Amino acid sequence: MSKITDAFKKRKALIPFIVAGDPSLAVTEKLVYQLEEAGADIIELGIPFSDPLADGPVIQAAHARAIKVSLAQVFSLVKKIRKRTAVPIIFMLSDNLIEKYGASKFYDDCKKFGVDGVIVPDLPPEESPADNIYLIAPTTTEERIKRIASASTGFIYLVSVMGITGARRRLSGDLGDLANRVRKFTDKPIAVGFGISNPAQAKEAAKSADGVIVGSALVELIAQKQFTKAIKLVANLRKALDAR
Amino acid sequence: MFMELPDKNGHFGEFGGRFVPETLVSPLEELTDAYLKYKDQEDFKEELDQQLEHYAGRPTPLFLAQNLSARLGGKIYLKREDLCHTGAHKINNVLGQLLLAKRMGKKRIIAETGAGQHGVATATGCALLGLPCVVYMGEVDVKRQALNVFRMQLLGAKVVTVKSGSRTLKDAINEALRDWMSSARDTFYCLGSVVGPHPYPTIVRDFQSVIGKEAKGQHFDLEKKEPDYLLACVGGGSNALGLFFPFLDDPEVKIIGVEAAGAASLCLGTPGVLHGARTYVLQTSTGQIKDTHSISAGLDYSAVGPEHANLKDMKRVSYVTASDKDALWGFKILSETEGIIPALESSHAIAHLRKMKLSKDQTVIVCLSGRGDKDVEEARKLV
Ligand SMILES: Cc1ncc(COP(=O)(O)O)c(C=O)c1O
Repeated sequence: MSKITDAFKKRKALIPFIVAGDPSLAVTEKLVYQLEEAGADIIELGIPFSDPLADGPVIQAAHARAIKVSLAQVFSLVKKIRKRTAVPIIFMLSDNLIEKYGASKFYDDCKKFGVDGVIVPDLPPEESPADNIYLIAPTTTEERIKRIASASTGFIYLVSVMGITGARRRLSGDLGDLANRVRKFTDKPIAVGFGISNPAQAKEAAKSADGVIVGSALVELIAQKQFTKAIKLVANLRKALDAR
Repeated sequence: MFMELPDKNGHFGEFGGRFVPETLVSPLEELTDAYLKYKDQEDFKEELDQQLEHYAGRPTPLFLAQNLSARLGGKIYLKREDLCHTGAHKINNVLGQLLLAKRMGKKRIIAETGAGQHGVATATGCALLGLPCVVYMGEVDVKRQALNVFRMQLLGAKVVTVKSGSRTLKDAINEALRDWMSSARDTFYCLGSVVGPHPYPTIVRDFQSVIGKEAKGQHFDLEKKEPDYLLACVGGGSNALGLFFPFLDDPEVKIIGVEAAGAASLCLGTPGVLHGARTYVLQTSTGQIKDTHSISAGLDYSAVGPEHANLKDMKRVSYVTASDKDALWGFKILSETEGIIPALESSHAIAHLRKMKLSKDQTVIVCLSGRGDKDVEEARKLV
């Protein structure tokens, strides 16, 4: 996990999310290299699932497009990617995929193939058998913030809005507040996700956080096969985060 | 011992629990606290009992189906949930949950529905209490249960057609949970079966247990003994657990749950996680949730309540399947012999009677979970 923590050290971390296999594993591979080049510090790969509960329509559709791609195939992809780059990669996937794969084999394979972190949105720490990156939401109570902050490995994923993934016109006004509530209990890096879709929002979020996660806006461009625009968006996000 | 489950984290053996996005953890804790606080309070119990009696029409009769018994053997008792207001057992749970919602100060109600029975029951309760109601329903079900869609609208509910995934109950639950993730502060999610994250499987079971409590007393009054068998259809599993629960710790009572052959999570599924609970799930070898196919929309679900998963593994309840064809046979035979048109869901339980070969003095209680009015149109195409 130190690779993940290190990714937050030199600058505000930019974490793009794409669904592996959308539209194909070959394109995902290329996108990973290009995203890194455009300024991504960590790359978050969604593993396709039939019922992605925490996702809005845009990412749901990406899961549906890639539904034939299995977890095992994504591990092979990571193995291939690792020949060219050490950019930190984290998996975001539903717990059922891990259950079916076998939890201990899954975490072994993460180590073996070079997956640096795991986010399971439907697996709170109480039910979790392993060390994951956990989420904190606007509804999370003080007592749980304390517990989650200490259990989370690598960074803490702050859900900026009540609800599912998807672009929002405006960020939650309470973001700074929520981040402060978390920082009382930990000095682990905090990355904000859900709802950030453009450079201005990224910059705004980075005032209170150490990194930003951008999913739906990117996935929407991928859906339209606008790959150049997608990479450009990431480059612009980078610029916004680096600007003083 | 079975009646002491779940543990305080909502686990039934290795099943159940709370596998949800963090946003929902606090709302579920709030719901758990409220349920524990109110469920044994006298005024809460009294208000619920009043509504069950004067609004829902409880107690429902335990009817000895003599003609059917003569045809199929044994003494077949029907627990007449079809006579409840709105036509199915679903109202028992809805009235309980809506009273809870009111006590919690929630201003808006959401629900999912498959056959439309839970949606209709929720819309009904909301009309009674003057609460706005939104019901999520898969597109496939909207088509085949058109009558129930109209009923919900008539009752003032908004029906949202869900077009994602298999466009049935599974997807309606996804969409309701997604709504709740952004609305939990003022919205109460009235879940319709013993599925989902803790505390729903427990809450729904407790509110449905009125079926079994009544049936136990009624059967004893008539037969001076416990029944030999209990029989119910299993979709999510709420009418079944409602009947079974008060008997779980009587080992001499044999219990059978009947799944639709095309949606048999317990008989054909494997352990997994769906909709917030660890349970039996119909899934592919790589963990994708499979679509299901049953003529009965209420049984067309890829998972099942976690308590059933435990009862299966502990071998307390046996689970079997009935095909679409079996169900249509059950639908017809009960109509013809007793003048009772059962819901297609309940027809699966009726169908299994044919395989049981009961002796003359053996008794069975069948949960007749709902009436068939909603299915007549669909069945006419098939019979
Ligand atoms: C009449 C009837 N029976 C059974 C069911 C299945 O649900 P459960 O297994 O929760 O009782 C339904 C669901 O819609 C129903 O309408």
